[in-house]
Amino acid sequence: MATTTTTFHKHVERVSPVRQRVMGAIFLLLGLIIWFFFTRNLSPETVTSFGLSTANAKTQLSPWIIPTQLALYVLAVICAVMGGYQLARGFQRFTNGALGIVVGLFIFGFLIWAAGGKTMNLVGLFNSTLSKAIPITLGALSGVLCERAGVVNIAIEGMMLMAAMVSALIGSLTHSVWVGLLAGILVGALMALIHGVLSIKYKTNQIISGTVINILATGLTSYISAKFLQVYEDLNNPGIFKPWPIPGLADIPILGEIFFNNNIFVYGMFVFLIVLQIAIFQTKWGLRLRSVGEHPKAADTLGINVFKTRYMAVLLGGMMAGFAGAYFTVGSSGRFDEVMTAGRGFIGLAAMIFGNWTPFGSFGAGVIFGFADSIATRVAILGIPIPSEFLLMAPYVATMIVLAGVIGKGQVPAADGVPYEKE
Amino acid sequence: MNKPEPPKKQDAGKVLLQELNRSPNNKKDQGRRRRGQTLLIPLLAVVTGLIIGAIFIIFTTESVYAAFGESIGAGLIASWDAVSIAYVSLFEGAVGSPARMISAVQGGDPLTIRRAFNPFLESLVASTPYIFGGLAVALGFRAGVFNIGVEGQLFMGAIFSTYAGYAIKGLPAIIHIPIALLAGALGGAIWGFIPGWLKAKTGGHEVINTIMMNYIAFRISDYLLTGPMKRPDSFNPVSPTIEPSAWLPQFFQSPIRFHLGFFIALGVAYLVYWYLFKTTWGFDLRSVGTNPDAAQYAGMNVTRNIVLAMALSGALAGLAGANEVLGVNHNLAMAFSSGYGFDSIALSLLGNNHPVGVILASLLFGTLRNGATRMQLNAGIPIDIISILQAVILAFIAAPAIIRTIYRLKKPAVEEGGVTIRSWGGQ
Repeated sequence: MATTTTTFHKHVERVSPVRQRVMGAIFLLLGLIIWFFFTRNLSPETVTSFGLSTANAKTQLSPWIIPTQLALYVLAVICAVMGGYQLARGFQRFTNGALGIVVGLFIFGFLIWAAGGKTMNLVGLFNSTLSKAIPITLGALSGVLCERAGVVNIAIEGMMLMAAMVSALIGSLTHSVWVGLLAGILVGALMALIHGVLSIKYKTNQIISGTVINILATGLTSYISAKFLQVYEDLNNPGIFKPWPIPGLADIPILGEIFFNNNIFVYGMFVFLIVLQIAIFQTKWGLRLRSVGEHPKAADTLGINVFKTRYMAVLLGGMMAGFAGAYFTVGSSGRFDEVMTAGRGFIGLAAMIFGNWTPFGSFGAGVIFGFADSIATRVAILGIPIPSEFLLMAPYVATMIVLAGVIGKGQVPAADGVPYEKE
Repeated sequence: MNKPEPPKKQDAGKVLLQELNRSPNNKKDQGRRRRGQTLLIPLLAVVTGLIIGAIFIIFTTESVYAAFGESIGAGLIASWDAVSIAYVSLFEGAVGSPARMISAVQGGDPLTIRRAFNPFLESLVASTPYIFGGLAVALGFRAGVFNIGVEGQLFMGAIFSTYAGYAIKGLPAIIHIPIALLAGALGGAIWGFIPGWLKAKTGGHEVINTIMMNYIAFRISDYLLTGPMKRPDSFNPVSPTIEPSAWLPQFFQSPIRFHLGFFIALGVAYLVYWYLFKTTWGFDLRSVGTNPDAAQYAGMNVTRNIVLAMALSGALAGLAGANEVLGVNHNLAMAFSSGYGFDSIALSLLGNNHPVGVILASLLFGTLRNGATRMQLNAGIPIDIISILQAVILAFIAAPAIIRTIYRLKKPAVEEGGVTIRSWGGQ
């Protein structure tokens, strides 16, 4: 199954000249933006200084000084050359890789420009990117689990919100963040069960049953918050998971600070990411899951229990969303506020689409979206002449562009959202 | 893959007619029991929703637990008290206190009468945006597209309408009001057109695109209200006040806010009904919604109808926003709409995607929403209980089998038409 779809995909890539030209044009455009827009009002002496360690680091690195104008011209030329090559010859099956490189260069150019003549702490920026990417990625993983099995999940937002509230409440009652986290995961599964029963058993339209969950979660959490959490402050004080520096690794400069000095949610995210990527694409379990999402009738004929597989996928997805939701309260802020997920579940959905329904892709998208988010909070400090709202808008616009097929058709599970009727 | 066999060409018209006859609103061939259930199921869903809400209130009231600690009898009485206080104040907040109304009418003082009937008028004010929003969702469903982006279209409508309201000065009301309303409709229509066009041209699913467009609209409104459209003399993110010439006229002196918007909504509902059920264009639209393949074979332009439906749906949603800023707020503030867009999905389905049903469901939701404010004051029940009720009602409407199981109803011979929308996989 995996091999057939992959070869097919590659085949499509090779024969699409439109896509080749569009990609080439995008590369050139990014290069031109760097050349003309980013280098405006710069004197040749301006330098960009990137801080490479925070105040808490054991080994303090000296900042990385880059001549702003020169670096931007170099980046622009690389982008333009890659664009030219793409237009003339094409990167063929490495096109996506080339796109990744060009986007990476563009973001680097953006950072150099934004911090031109100033100092920006890269470690701090990446840390905040990672922490903003956690709920988005985990939400996307929840979506991947459900949709690979053919159940559309737009209820990630609602599941996360419920889990955030419940883990704050239970965590405060039991004075244990662990019990709070567990309760959050369980309530995520409970919401998923509602979604599953409505959409698998009663064959309700899955988008509507997702909407039911979202409205229900908003109502329930705001109700309990207004009635109890805001009245009795003790009920809304669960504490948070402390970071666990991993001995040895945490002291590595730059990487240690970004990756190995975090709390359980970051480590959990990486574990789930790798486990799911392998489980979905390399194991018998994953093959069955995907077959149910691609062609349930064929899967049923081969003796796979479609309903059971879908229930399991939806429940696991709910637990994943529960884990993501718990991050908001016991993982970062330590208290619940009404509608605190603020659309992260929907960005998670976007990240899943952006990441082409794969765990690694979702993580990549989650990091990009998290990066846009954390840049947006720094706009005022850095004096970037772009309103922060436009940066916050970027993930949504990008998802719409991806969905429109400009960068290649996604591999949507074929039976995604189609209720299965046994004959 | 699970698609039905494409009908043969010569049968296309016949198949199409059969498909349309499956729609619950076609008067022909409608069995008596089925018509009964089309009304019965929404009613039972609402009643069951209220019962579940009552149970929820009992479980979250502290005094009930204390009373059950004393004795079971005391507990039951406390439960009854909690629920009755909540629902009585919900009713009084939504409709008004009957005793007060009677004494006011007997007293004959016009001011007292108006005050006594104000809760009812306020419910109508709260229902108005719901009517527009519900019509927007219903029109989309009829064409087989799921417009989950009413909230964003409503914001865009409000932004356009507000701008037309304060930037144009010196016009008489008779011209200014229509311009401001049309500006709102235009804003919403643009926001609905884009996902519709994307669906028709690239196949990008409208649900995802409209969700994305929602958030883009929120960010645009944030940007405008902190930047270009910010009131110059204010520290808050609020637009300048709309010129009084663009205000929808109110029928009574303030504080009674009942305004023309309600009647405009009724008129628009009639227009939507006429368009959907009395014109050829509406027939095309519904055909595309019920069975796009058959519609295609019958020579209808599926692409154009999908784009048109999304744009019209957006325009209706935009009118909801325009109605709020021109009729109630008279300016645009951040997050001025609290979830009208998502509630609209619930009430459109509750109203069976029919304009009359939408009006009734909107009146119910508006009444609940208005009454809930008083319930929050009197009984200490947070207003969010309404969302819980709406979710439960929506679940029952979407899965009528649950209601049939609870009330031992027989399954109708022909399943109701329901909504026929495709998810992003099954294309």
